[in-house]
Amino acid sequence: MKDFFRVALLVVRKDLMVEARSLEVLSTTLFFALTVVLVFAFGLVREGRPVDDVAAAILWIATAFSGTLALGRTFERERQADTLRALMLAPADRPAIYAGKLAGMLLLMSLVEAVLVPLVGLLFQAPIFDYPLHLAVLLLAGTTGFAAVGTLFAAMLVRARSRDVMLPILLYPITVPVMIAGVRGTAAIFQSTPDEPLARFWIALLVFFDVVFVTLALWTFEPVMTE
Amino acid sequence: MSDDFTELTVANLSRHYGRRKALARVSFSVKAGDIVGLLGPNGAGKSTLLAILGTLLAPSEGEVRYGTVTADDGGAALRGRIGMLGHDLFLYPELTAFENLVFFGRMYGITDAPARARQALERAGLGERGHDVVSGFSRGMRQRVALERALQHQPRLLLLDEPFTGLDQASTAALVARLREEQARGVLIILATHDLDIVDGLLTHELFLRNGRLLTIGGGGGSLRDRYRATVATA
Repeated sequence: MKDFFRVALLVVRKDLMVEARSLEVLSTTLFFALTVVLVFAFGLVREGRPVDDVAAAILWIATAFSGTLALGRTFERERQADTLRALMLAPADRPAIYAGKLAGMLLLMSLVEAVLVPLVGLLFQAPIFDYPLHLAVLLLAGTTGFAAVGTLFAAMLVRARSRDVMLPILLYPITVPVMIAGVRGTAAIFQSTPDEPLARFWIALLVFFDVVFVTLALWTFEPVMTE
Repeated sequence: MSDDFTELTVANLSRHYGRRKALARVSFSVKAGDIVGLLGPNGAGKSTLLAILGTLLAPSEGEVRYGTVTADDGGAALRGRIGMLGHDLFLYPELTAFENLVFFGRMYGITDAPARARQALERAGLGERGHDVVSGFSRGMRQRVALERALQHQPRLLLLDEPFTGLDQASTAALVARLREEQARGVLIILATHDLDIVDGLLTHELFLRNGRLLTIGGGGGSLRDRYRATVATA
């Protein structure tokens, strides 16, 4: 178990070091996410007043779309010099490599969300400070579910010619439940009369999805990568 | 013990990609200290065979035995005894040569990875350039770093895919000398190459692949290139 975490940590550190050098994935993902939010703001905010209850949906749409972009770019980097194969060749638990890639993706998406949330709060007058802990847990749990499936599929498709097309086609249908739970849970705390028990229900459902998706991904990572 | 294997046996190995057969019932056996050349035209199945031998790809049929164990039995311990240099070099261009070697050294559980990386860089003649990012290196320099990456954990089986690509004459001679050193150390080396003139005299075994099938390369006299041509003509 200690070795599992050692390898996962090595992979995360390496990914962060590579990203710190280029800022390629972070900058493109952030720029894309901000553009999505701004476009929605121009469409859905009239005379300074947003359409009711859209903030949660826009936050999650921006997260999902920018997350897909980040997944594609991150694994494109591993594809260019075939380094994913070098990782798979190392005498480490192969699921630990998956765990490291997932953790790196979560860190990256969290950074993007840290900018997205205040922007959505500002443009759509969402009460982001009323239930900050609930919001943070919803985002973390939802992002984990999304990234867990996305990391597995992006790794699986790394050598496929049509990977850019295939990733969203495979990813979105499976992560729809996560997105719905994220949007409904966030809407429950953003609405004019916040419904905390409802938000908790959606958080519990998201945690359930996370456990299922992460377990399945850890279990299937090695076979899908060598088949 | 998987890490002590001295023989590699490939039995009836096939690999299909959908309906396309990349490898069809390939069988051979080689031992420690051999330098085996995988020869054949593009698309013959050489890289697929190397990927299966490197445990990166599962065969559709047949098996590979590393001594007495298979890839499934050997797991991580077996992978720790394999070194591989792919056509794409397996290096992160954004990291320095030193950082690449240290990262992979740690992935292989090398306890003093930085010291080993420094030695490897000296050996590759890149001691002065160790802290430069790999993206600024020439193909030949990257190839040398990649070879050190593949060898720094002292593998028992070394798999090389087109190792002479982009190397100048001096680097080619250095690589040949290095392969002989590893051979003397008892490493089993399998390399896929089109550089027949370079490997002529270096190889102890030649395996000729065409359309995924293993053919017998013509015996008799002449250079490796002549025998290769004769085999292509009669296949």
